[in-house]
Amino acid sequence: MGNMIKIHINGKPYRVEPGQTIMQAADKLGFHIPRLCYHPKLSIEGACRVCIVEVEGMRNYVASCAYPVSDGMKVRTNTKELRQARRDIIELILDNHPLDCHTCDRDSNCELQRLASSMGIKKRHFEGERKQYDMDISSPSVIRDPNKCILCGRCVRICSEVQKVYNLGHAYRGFKTVVMPAYNMPMAESVCTACGQCINVCPTAAFVEKNVTQELFTKLNDPSVIKVAQVAPSVRAAIGEAFGLAPGAALEQEMTAALKRLGFDYVFDTQFSADLTIMEEASEFLERIQGKGRLPMITSCSSAWMKCLEQFYPDLIENVSTCKSPMSMMGAMVKTYFADRIKKDPAKILSVAVMCCTAKKYEAQRPELMVNGMNATDMVVTTREIAWMIKSAGIDLLHIKPERFDEPLGLSSGAGTIFGATGGVMEAAIRTAYELYTGETLLDIEVEDLRGLKGIKEGKVVMDNKEIRVAVAHGLGNACDLLDIVRKDPARYHFIEIMGCPGGCVGGGGQPYAGINSIPLDEDCLKKRAEALYNLDRNKTIRRSHENPDIQRIYKEFLGRPLSATAHKLLHTHYKAKGPRGITPQVAIGMKG
Amino acid sequence: MAVRYQITLCDGPTCMHKRSKEIDAALERELASRGLSGKVDISLSGCLGMCAKGPIMIVNPGYTIYGGVSENDIPEIVEKHLVRKQPVSRLIIEEDHLYNRFFRVFGDVNFFGRQMRIALRNCGIIDPENLDDYLSVRGYEALAKVLSAMKPEDVIAEVKSSGLRGRGGAGFPTGLKWELTAREESEEKYVICNADEGDPGAFMDRSTIEGDPFSVLEGMIVGGYAVGAHKGIIYIRAEYPLAVKRLEKAIEASRNEGFLGTNILDSGFSFDIEIRLGAGAFVCGEETALIHSIEGHRGMPRPRPPYPSVQGLFDKPTLINNVETWANIPVIILDGAAWFSSIGTEKSKGTKVFAIAGKIKNTGLVEVPMGTTLRQIIFDIGGGIPNGKKFKAVQTGGPSGGCLPEAYLDTKIDYESLAQAGSIMGSGGMIVIDEDSCMVSIARFFLEFTQNESCGKCTPCREGTKRMLEILTRITEGKGAEGDIEKLERLGNMIKKASLCGLGQSAPNPVLSTIRHFRDEYEEHIKERKCRAHFCARLVRYEITDKCAGCAACRKVCPAGAISGIVKNRHEIDQAKCIKCGLCYKTCKFGAINKV
Repeated sequence: MGNMIKIHINGKPYRVEPGQTIMQAADKLGFHIPRLCYHPKLSIEGACRVCIVEVEGMRNYVASCAYPVSDGMKVRTNTKELRQARRDIIELILDNHPLDCHTCDRDSNCELQRLASSMGIKKRHFEGERKQYDMDISSPSVIRDPNKCILCGRCVRICSEVQKVYNLGHAYRGFKTVVMPAYNMPMAESVCTACGQCINVCPTAAFVEKNVTQELFTKLNDPSVIKVAQVAPSVRAAIGEAFGLAPGAALEQEMTAALKRLGFDYVFDTQFSADLTIMEEASEFLERIQGKGRLPMITSCSSAWMKCLEQFYPDLIENVSTCKSPMSMMGAMVKTYFADRIKKDPAKILSVAVMCCTAKKYEAQRPELMVNGMNATDMVVTTREIAWMIKSAGIDLLHIKPERFDEPLGLSSGAGTIFGATGGVMEAAIRTAYELYTGETLLDIEVEDLRGLKGIKEGKVVMDNKEIRVAVAHGLGNACDLLDIVRKDPARYHFIEIMGCPGGCVGGGGQPYAGINSIPLDEDCLKKRAEALYNLDRNKTIRRSHENPDIQRIYKEFLGRPLSATAHKLLHTHYKAKGPRGITPQVAIGMKG
Repeated sequence: MAVRYQITLCDGPTCMHKRSKEIDAALERELASRGLSGKVDISLSGCLGMCAKGPIMIVNPGYTIYGGVSENDIPEIVEKHLVRKQPVSRLIIEEDHLYNRFFRVFGDVNFFGRQMRIALRNCGIIDPENLDDYLSVRGYEALAKVLSAMKPEDVIAEVKSSGLRGRGGAGFPTGLKWELTAREESEEKYVICNADEGDPGAFMDRSTIEGDPFSVLEGMIVGGYAVGAHKGIIYIRAEYPLAVKRLEKAIEASRNEGFLGTNILDSGFSFDIEIRLGAGAFVCGEETALIHSIEGHRGMPRPRPPYPSVQGLFDKPTLINNVETWANIPVIILDGAAWFSSIGTEKSKGTKVFAIAGKIKNTGLVEVPMGTTLRQIIFDIGGGIPNGKKFKAVQTGGPSGGCLPEAYLDTKIDYESLAQAGSIMGSGGMIVIDEDSCMVSIARFFLEFTQNESCGKCTPCREGTKRMLEILTRITEGKGAEGDIEKLERLGNMIKKASLCGLGQSAPNPVLSTIRHFRDEYEEHIKERKCRAHFCARLVRYEITDKCAGCAACRKVCPAGAISGIVKNRHEIDQAKCIKCGLCYKTCKFGAINKV
């Protein structure tokens, strides 16, 4: 505490730590300086100028997000002139923004709207020409609407700094400035991995998921189809936030009941197919450590990661598990095993996945995942979309009578549950691989080293005197860093888990928007969602995938054994190197020097 | 000895006292002994006035002035200078070697006579593609002095006490910048020369480099030595191919002769320079945007601090100065801070190069001491306004500068005085505006430029200047509304104070300064729908006077059918139909149509 410095804020002296920005110091002292382009996870942009403050002795206002505190500094955060300047700045943004709040995807959940309201903007003084661009609806996952863009640059920064995909950048100058992929490539053809993190951090609706709710409502009303839903683990850990609950509430059975009320005939749990994934993946891993296949083996559950791999790390394709993702495994089982059981034509089944993810929309369209000429997953909706559908259909999620998932694809172990948090797949795989390899049950099943939000996590398991070194990365940027290590030192790890989004699926691009008192991708929020999943795991008696009786049954009745011919046909896939158009991250990183 | 030398010996009383006659005799003897009698013209002159340094001998061509000459020096002068064509440097009178050289060649005309050339001292004098030429004008002597006799901190102290301020526009004290960069501890540091000259009509940097690339290199090497950098980068617009070519040649020649590269002049100090081409974005003249551009990113500024001196190119401490600043450095080292700081005003030392353009007789580049008045530049050097028109305003500092009216003509130019008047020094653009120009349109023109060149990053500059531009356009189209001036002021002042970089912070200057000094013109446009310069086409009213002969020529050309009348009778314009195209005005042979 000895090196504290003294600053004045609005006339009152305070002792603060040096080395922080005015905004950070003010935040801790309870002064909330309005802000827009700032995001604590991203580099300082200083672009929106909403967070300007007066510093005595400075000719101009300074951006408090960027300006460091210094001893004796006198700051004013709330003068009449500042309030007008900030209001004018927000007004200028609004003047170049569509006036369609009431029909906008982000209505009532828009940072710009909130800011305008808190600034007390009632009149508009400077209206004039407004930008007019075509929306980019090429991607099955992410819609880009430059008309809604306020050029805060958060998407550009998350895409390059956190995800290291470098798909987005500013183009043109002055009033014509716009954010777009390189060479104005359509999103579908760009290097976009569909992770949807741009949607998460966008303060407005310049990036949104491709919304298919109306189409789904139509199909739910079609009596000729059998409506089957599956729900990813992370959806239950976050959907409550869309209904005003604090992060961390797990609404598994409420959600199941709501889906049934929406019109789904069967509601299955993606956690079941996560268990199935573990059976296949753990078996594949054991084959590989016995010399059949390349090490380290890398997980393949995350669709954004799969596209990243094919584009930027094609040399590591052989390292990636051939297992389909849990979503696609479930889709395959629904259209085969389940259709057989209910003795229905699989072509009459509508297979819908409710996912925390935007990239799953892209994955569902991958042709190599088709089963007997049919899409394994017909439609994918995000947590946000399903939350809206539930509200729209007048279903009271918070007070509905809970219901269980349906058989035979609804029962899951705790291992399947924790798939939603970074490190979870690895933890689940270890629980099963250990037993398959050693014949003994692993008792100490909670692997703390692999939990939490550290970018790259490492751990070790000893199986029959054999040391297995594992690593976990979440967010594509961390994944790239980890893979760069692997490229240099291929023998360093045996098994790697990669999830495309920060925090794993709980931080997916389809999760509910941050609430009024939160920020997108807030670490506390991600931790609470993960904790909700870990609690579900802890409260289960079955916590290892191979102990799941329905898993045992599906192998007995249908698949035979893990890695059987049927399993290979239905549960495994392959990946192909893609020559991305546009700028590759290698080039972009090279330019950095 | 193909050159025919002319030697002038001062024969004034003092020099005579100091044996000029004997020197003359010795010279004749020496020439005779070498068989050169009659091949050199010798004349005696009256007192040359440099009595303290006599006896004085001037050798032409070359205008070499020898002082303190004695009979014993004659054989050496004849042998070295007249035979081998190498002036005897120990006898040359040193005091006016640099900037005055220019005036010996060009100085006897008004345009040059009132200038003082320090940054441009060698432009037009040396062959810019010839290193030997540069060496003959004491080129790289400052570097040699620095490397052999000065510690880095001495160099910085010298630059600091010279009072030199950044010539790129902001006027930050150069020595302080050097000191801040030197203070940082880092294995790697960079020196950058900002040659991304972007102001329309400005060509100071281009001329400096095209005329004398070596001085810029020498300045940079000295700077590198002072701050502990070993790598220099010149960021120059690709639109300057000749300047680039000359820089390339100069770099190569300097490297070959050991002035650049490893172990410069055997001093153990190494420094090399490379060229990076800019693609022409105006904002890349802003230092952080320029650094981003060199790094391979889109040229967009970032908030400071950290300043480049702490965290610059590739996050290393970086010293970045403008071309003109660098060109001043060798002079300061050679002639000393005391001499340099004797030129100029209290807070702005040395000279400044201006590119004068617009409604002025002598457009071009001028270098004048700080403290010269606008009137001296515009009327004495620039020759005043052509075609007998009246001076209306001068716009200084490029597109983001301000317009100053006649009342400011006697302003002594320096950083502070221009800022006080509502303009800026900028990089030295100076555009003269006469009575035929509309101040609202002028402001609109400059704002259009800055709006187009805004990088698009920060809201005030990107959106704010657009709205200001729209309001100005409205006003010039006769659609101005009550309150528009206040809106312009409100936006302009906000943009100045809230923008991220210098571009936005200065973009409103042309508007705010014209409102400040020419508010009545704005009001006329808005309230009376009148443009007194008859420049705003939509505000001009065409009227047919009594001079009309009724020839009907105007009626025939009018595309709007707005003119009616009977042949041989006065015609009339229907103002409601008139589209203000001006065809009638141009067609009328009788001068019967007036612009009102």
